[in-house]
Amino acid sequence: MAPILDIKNLYKSYGTVEILKDINVAIEPGDFLVLVGPSGCGKSTLLNCIAGLEPITSGSIAIGGKDMTHVSPKDRDIAMVFQSYALYPTMSVAKNITFGMKVRGVDQETQDRKLKEVAHQLQITDYLNRRPGQLSGGQRQRVAMGRALVRDPKLFLFDEPLSNLDAKLRVEMRAEIKKLHHNLGATMVYVTHDQIEAMTLATKIVVLKGGIVQQIGSPSEIYNRPANLFVADFMGSPAMNLIPAKTKRNGTGMLIEIERAGGEIITLHDHHTESLPENVIIGVRPEDIAEAGFRAGEDVQEAECLVDMVEHAGADTYVVSHLGGRNVTARLHAETSAHPGEALKLAFDLSKVSYFAPDTGERLN
Amino acid sequence: MTDTALHTNSRSPGVIVLRWGLFLILGLFALFYLMPLFVMLTTSLKSLEEIRTGSLVALPREVTFEAWRTAWSGACTGIQCEGLRPYFWNSVILAIPAVAISTILGAMNGYVIAQWKFKGANFVFSLLLFGCFIPFQVVLLPMARMLGLLGIAGTIPGLIFVHVIYGLGFTTLFFRNYYVTIPAELVKAAKVDGAGFFRIFWSIFLPLSLPIIVVTIIWQFTQIWNDFLFGVSFSQAGTQPVTVALNNIVNSTTGVKEYNVDMAAAIIAALPTLLVYVVAGKYFIRGLTAGSVKG
Amino acid sequence: MTEWLERHIPKMVLAPSFIAILVFVYGFIAWTGWVSLTRSKLLPKYDIVGLIQYERLFDSPRWDTALTNLWIFGGLFITTAMVLGLMLAILLDQKIRVEGALRTIYLYPMALSMIVTGTAWKWIMNPGLGLQKMVQDWGFENFTFDWVINPDRAIYAVVIAGVWQSSGFVMALFLAGLRSVDGEIIKAAQVDGIPNWRIYTAIIIPSMAPVFLSAFIVLAHLAIKSFDLVIALTGGGPGYATDLPATYMYAMAFSRGDIGQAASSAMVMMAVVFAIIVPYLYSELRAKHD
Repeated sequence: MAPILDIKNLYKSYGTVEILKDINVAIEPGDFLVLVGPSGCGKSTLLNCIAGLEPITSGSIAIGGKDMTHVSPKDRDIAMVFQSYALYPTMSVAKNITFGMKVRGVDQETQDRKLKEVAHQLQITDYLNRRPGQLSGGQRQRVAMGRALVRDPKLFLFDEPLSNLDAKLRVEMRAEIKKLHHNLGATMVYVTHDQIEAMTLATKIVVLKGGIVQQIGSPSEIYNRPANLFVADFMGSPAMNLIPAKTKRNGTGMLIEIERAGGEIITLHDHHTESLPENVIIGVRPEDIAEAGFRAGEDVQEAECLVDMVEHAGADTYVVSHLGGRNVTARLHAETSAHPGEALKLAFDLSKVSYFAPDTGERLN
Repeated sequence: MTDTALHTNSRSPGVIVLRWGLFLILGLFALFYLMPLFVMLTTSLKSLEEIRTGSLVALPREVTFEAWRTAWSGACTGIQCEGLRPYFWNSVILAIPAVAISTILGAMNGYVIAQWKFKGANFVFSLLLFGCFIPFQVVLLPMARMLGLLGIAGTIPGLIFVHVIYGLGFTTLFFRNYYVTIPAELVKAAKVDGAGFFRIFWSIFLPLSLPIIVVTIIWQFTQIWNDFLFGVSFSQAGTQPVTVALNNIVNSTTGVKEYNVDMAAAIIAALPTLLVYVVAGKYFIRGLTAGSVKG
Repeated sequence: MTEWLERHIPKMVLAPSFIAILVFVYGFIAWTGWVSLTRSKLLPKYDIVGLIQYERLFDSPRWDTALTNLWIFGGLFITTAMVLGLMLAILLDQKIRVEGALRTIYLYPMALSMIVTGTAWKWIMNPGLGLQKMVQDWGFENFTFDWVINPDRAIYAVVIAGVWQSSGFVMALFLAGLRSVDGEIIKAAQVDGIPNWRIYTAIIIPSMAPVFLSAFIVLAHLAIKSFDLVIALTGGGPGYATDLPATYMYAMAFSRGDIGQAASSAMVMMAVVFAIIVPYLYSELRAKHD
């Protein structure tokens, strides 16, 4: 099947400043692509380029198998939901939703029918005659989605649509967007800086930094096998522990030595990795460090650590200790007996560990 | 907060004296500002005889509208004695198109500069903005020649042209500053919806613009109606605006000085802008404060 | 084709205004500047001869009077209007019930033409039948108020009329400035027990520096362009006693037929305006871009 969105060698610069460098992304119909990265990484610019709202410097964009590089937004068969919702303030909700159809000369009957469908689907029928100014944030969000849905486009574009909502509403709308994606079978491109949104919504994630693609993959690939230190640090909360370590060969595997302030060196034995440079940064997710005795397996190894801080977070308790010159967070069960200032035996699960080169930041295993 | 509320609500003798002092000062200033208007009005309703014998601030003993009639249709501006009437209408037919054209152009310019930024748009805006502040003396001579070349010297269309050109800076500034507060995503959303440059202006921006349109119209009307420099420089007998005619009536040296007629004429010339001020003072003040430049 | 049109419509919409401003403002300034360097008299000539018009200008006693008057008028007009405006704004800021009405009264002169203002004050200050006679009739036989016809005093008469017209506007600017000061800072000061007058002098007024600057710029600009008021109130007289650069320029251009002098005096006015405006606009535009 032909990709529904195919971006090749896309470059974008403002004057001499390169905003996007050599972007190559393709998605299939029904995909939910999330562009994620810190602010200023170029993710919104990329979305605007896909929409045709910003011209690109070089490269090509194809939508639905047709080259759209120089086609104006209105002819790209797309719909877009904006961060500020961008509802037309002087038009009623109904007019906001039908404006696009009216501009395109769709007949009144079709307009009314589609408006009714979409309003029903999004449960906004009750306030079709109100102005955007009279709606709450969540209601405006729905209207903005309605304006996109009614167009029935090949591609839906979302530019941080949930960032103006409060935390509770954000979780609700996130679920709703996911349901919508599922029910419509539509293809969506979604920009966010929130890695949890990215993980929960995406079928495919593009991590961007400084206009360069860091990694493209499914949420589990990105989470479990981050391509570099940046992705490892950016995706996941609390972030992956990144600890400087020294390695030594040891028969079939490697010995990983981690320094500890005021104590002896911790040595872990990795049986699966065959060769590593002498200096590495070892990446361990907080949930892969457990209290000794609570995790078993051949790759689980235990070591005594000094607890610096204990944070109770309801279902979990985060325990912070100091290893290799870094704060290392472990995600323990709620009833842990850990106490600040006391030693605690922690179990490290080496089956999911990542190694990175300290100089380039690239993944090694 | 409650502390200060208590403080101002307490009716200690000191506070009461201070409060009365405050009202006294504010009242005296109100008299200072109102006095000229009052004197103009009473003088215009007196006969010349009463003006000569009575006091400046006294109410007329016998109210007569003779001076108003003369000012409107009989007072002499130099050799002609038709009163202010023809010149008043000159100002009207001059102000209406000049205000309309400069407002429309300003709206379009402001829309482009604020929402369709292109390379150089800010440079154009800076040029326009500096143009607001030049002393018009510096363009009087070449403009007089240019109007001659265009064949509209001394005509009302010529004056309209001049007012439109030199009003553009301010009207653009007003609309630009208003439109720049509207999020750029609105234009993006409309583009995705399929609307073009003019459709977006017409369907989305214009309906939003009523307040700034009112501000701009009032500003331009006040400026153009009250203008004297362009009027006196670029008009000739018969096409002069009301301010020029008023000055001619007041400073004409022929015959007896009719102060009551002068005052009636001055009030007539001031009435349209005063009326606008009374009806839409809020917008007038907004224009003034915006005109004091927020770049 | 439509693609191209779509992309260039904004530029095409802006183009006529851009060209108009380029020609009618900047082109005309250049023209005036050019002519100011020639021997133009009744008709413009285009052979540049150097700065003789400026030499003539600064040798002319009438121009000398005009410039002196500009400094006197400008200085007094700006300071009086600012002090009065600030005072009225602070007084009005004391939660007065009739504030709206008073504000309307203080500000209405700004809606009037300078010609109307000049006409009104000319009548009030008329020594024969105006204020002077009124006070004399009250029994103060020696009272004199003949500024409009006294060459040494006439420029101060212009200041009075100018201040009457513009001070309400300054009041409106300051009042808006006072109201825009962060209310929490004032509450914090009140909680600290700082007396009201100290809150004004130590917190509110210093934070209004930009408003002072705006007011100054507007008033300075009004002062330099003042033309109508002088024409209506004194006609530049008695003699040349109340001539300002603007009236000098007009007289040279339209009654004396001395285009060279008119052009050079206009250029000097322009230089004065730009010396005040350019740094201000520059900083405003810069601040916006950052």
